[in-house]
Amino acid sequence: MTVFLWLPVLVPTVLGAIIAWRHSDAFARFVPLVVALVILACGIALVAKGQVVTSSVLRADATSSYVLLCVGAVAVVALWGGLSAQSLDVRSDALICAFLAAMSLAVLSDNLGVMWVAIEATTIATAFLVGHAGTRGATEAAWKYVVLGSVGVAIAFLGIVLVYASSRASGAPTLSWVALTSGGISLSPHLARAGVALAVLGFATKAGLAPMHSWLPDAHSQAPAPVSGLMSGVLLSVAMYAILRVQAVGAAHIGVGLVHGMLLTFGLLSLAVAALLTLTQRDYKRLLAYSSIEHMGIIALGVGSGTSLGLMAALLHMLGHGVVKAAMFVVAGRVLNVTGSSRIASVTGLLKRRPDLGWPFLVGSAALLGFPPFVTFFTEVAILVALTETGLWWAAGAAALLLLVTFIGIARQVLSMALGAPDLHPESGDHALVADRPSRFRTAPVAIALLSGAAISFLALVFVPVLGAAAAALGVSR
Amino acid sequence: MNASLTSSLVTTAVGVLLLTAVLQTWRRSAAGSVRLLVIQGLALATLVAALGASRGDVQLLVVAGVVALVKAGLLPWALGRTATGRLVERDSAVRPAIGLLGATVLTMFAYAVSDPLRGGDQSAAARAIPAGMALVLIGFWILLTRHSAVSQLVGFVVLDNGIAMVAFLTSDGLPLTVELGATLDVLLVVVILRTLTTRMRNTHGSTSVDDLTELRD
Repeated sequence: MTVFLWLPVLVPTVLGAIIAWRHSDAFARFVPLVVALVILACGIALVAKGQVVTSSVLRADATSSYVLLCVGAVAVVALWGGLSAQSLDVRSDALICAFLAAMSLAVLSDNLGVMWVAIEATTIATAFLVGHAGTRGATEAAWKYVVLGSVGVAIAFLGIVLVYASSRASGAPTLSWVALTSGGISLSPHLARAGVALAVLGFATKAGLAPMHSWLPDAHSQAPAPVSGLMSGVLLSVAMYAILRVQAVGAAHIGVGLVHGMLLTFGLLSLAVAALLTLTQRDYKRLLAYSSIEHMGIIALGVGSGTSLGLMAALLHMLGHGVVKAAMFVVAGRVLNVTGSSRIASVTGLLKRRPDLGWPFLVGSAALLGFPPFVTFFTEVAILVALTETGLWWAAGAAALLLLVTFIGIARQVLSMALGAPDLHPESGDHALVADRPSRFRTAPVAIALLSGAAISFLALVFVPVLGAAAAALGVSR
Repeated sequence: MNASLTSSLVTTAVGVLLLTAVLQTWRRSAAGSVRLLVIQGLALATLVAALGASRGDVQLLVVAGVVALVKAGLLPWALGRTATGRLVERDSAVRPAIGLLGATVLTMFAYAVSDPLRGGDQSAAARAIPAGMALVLIGFWILLTRHSAVSQLVGFVVLDNGIAMVAFLTSDGLPLTVELGATLDVLLVVVILRTLTTRMRNTHGSTSVDDLTELRD
């Protein structure tokens, strides 16, 4: 079984190095997709096995197996949909491989220090992908992304340093997550408290939670579509996974109140930021980015509720939101190719002009807005119920209100793009509308993602035991 | 190594680290900032070497060598290639005096709040932990008040030196793999930011982050 631990890290590293070395276009553009499929297969294998697998610094329990599956699933959607005629260059393909390797390592590492190194490596791998276009906007987005991302993650590093220092009290300092949560060692409480708080704050920056979110709309709107899909769909969730791990260390030694309070605050602030800025948004890629902040806020609220129901719903929300958001960025990228502008006002009548883009865009938006039968509906309801059950009815009420405002904001913008007179902008011409018609091969991942976003809801029998095991692995089982 | 020599080496190194950080808030030329970083890197390496020698820890001495190579060699070299001449006009949002004052206040604040982190340990190393926290805060201060790309990079490196200092003073550094991984990450971030600085000069015609105003809501 240990082979499933090493493949997700080694395959992208080796293949990425090969294409960077050989520099040939012929098969390079398919390599990221192959890597994504390998990661997905390993994730499914580990989840199906359902046992803890350990090898050197790598370790997969129910939580890491499930999140690895999410990484694989989202990556397949984003990279399959992103295979296009005007593919990225070879260097970008190699960087995407490095990005996938770093995310796999972050998820599968037992050592908090190695996890940190891997998360910082995701920033490094994606820096030039964000700045890929080379325009003023792309350079600006890349700069803000790297500075704020690195500084935020540096705070998390300080936190991990303090957690390590706090474990010296037990005689054998360690960063192993298993050792830190086993209860076999005692941490000095002052250091552990400061360490956990700083680590959560730092990783929350990387997870795009407000008020540390300001880099996110820039970076996610400037990156090429498949990279935006990966960053919005799953990189944010990997940062959230790091928070879950740190939270479990805190729960074992200093109680859960501190982390849960932080997550509830960040979660509500994120919903508020998303609500305010989607109402007045004029750029559809930024609209999707703010929707990601909203969904990370929902996940933070689920974790912050502290119940098993909330945590399970949050984990399922990661998968549901991830695949749909990846598909949405792919579709948005195609709309951008067709219209040449990411302004909402420059796109109208998409349903009539390009039904092959309009329908997925409309259906995907419905999934992001939490319409049944999409899984996001059920997880959002479950998280609100979890909050109410723990007596946080005020948080549930505020969240419901803010979700409603975001709903209005996004629905209004999306409908104005999908409906409306198709001939509002005749200058864009029919010529542009025929260009870049995606083949069936490239349309398939979007359809699969949207269908699975709905199908997951009806696979409760499959997912509930997996999610229950994932929550139990983090020590939340009440 | 005898205890008093270790103690005085640690104290001196910490003093130099703190002084170079405070002076950064006042420096006006890019080359000067980078020179201060070299001194700061050497002080950090001295600190690690003193701790390693006092504990008879060979691994820590190796780490001291790596720190000297990266923090006093590679990082300033990577930075120095863009940091020629003076920093952009109106680099700082605040006047030098206010910059210094801010650094002083932050240092005092760090000493006031970091006491619990010592956990009653009275060694020279433990007493220096607040200085590491002060470096972290001063790094933030530079990031907040300085607007040229190179100054922001300097702030990031000072912040990182502060974290490294806290790591060495509280627990003799992290496990070697993590230490090396983290060092490599920071080096790569600085190289990336330097490349982006060059690109920024090409696309924006300046390297002031004030000119990054394309993306807004």
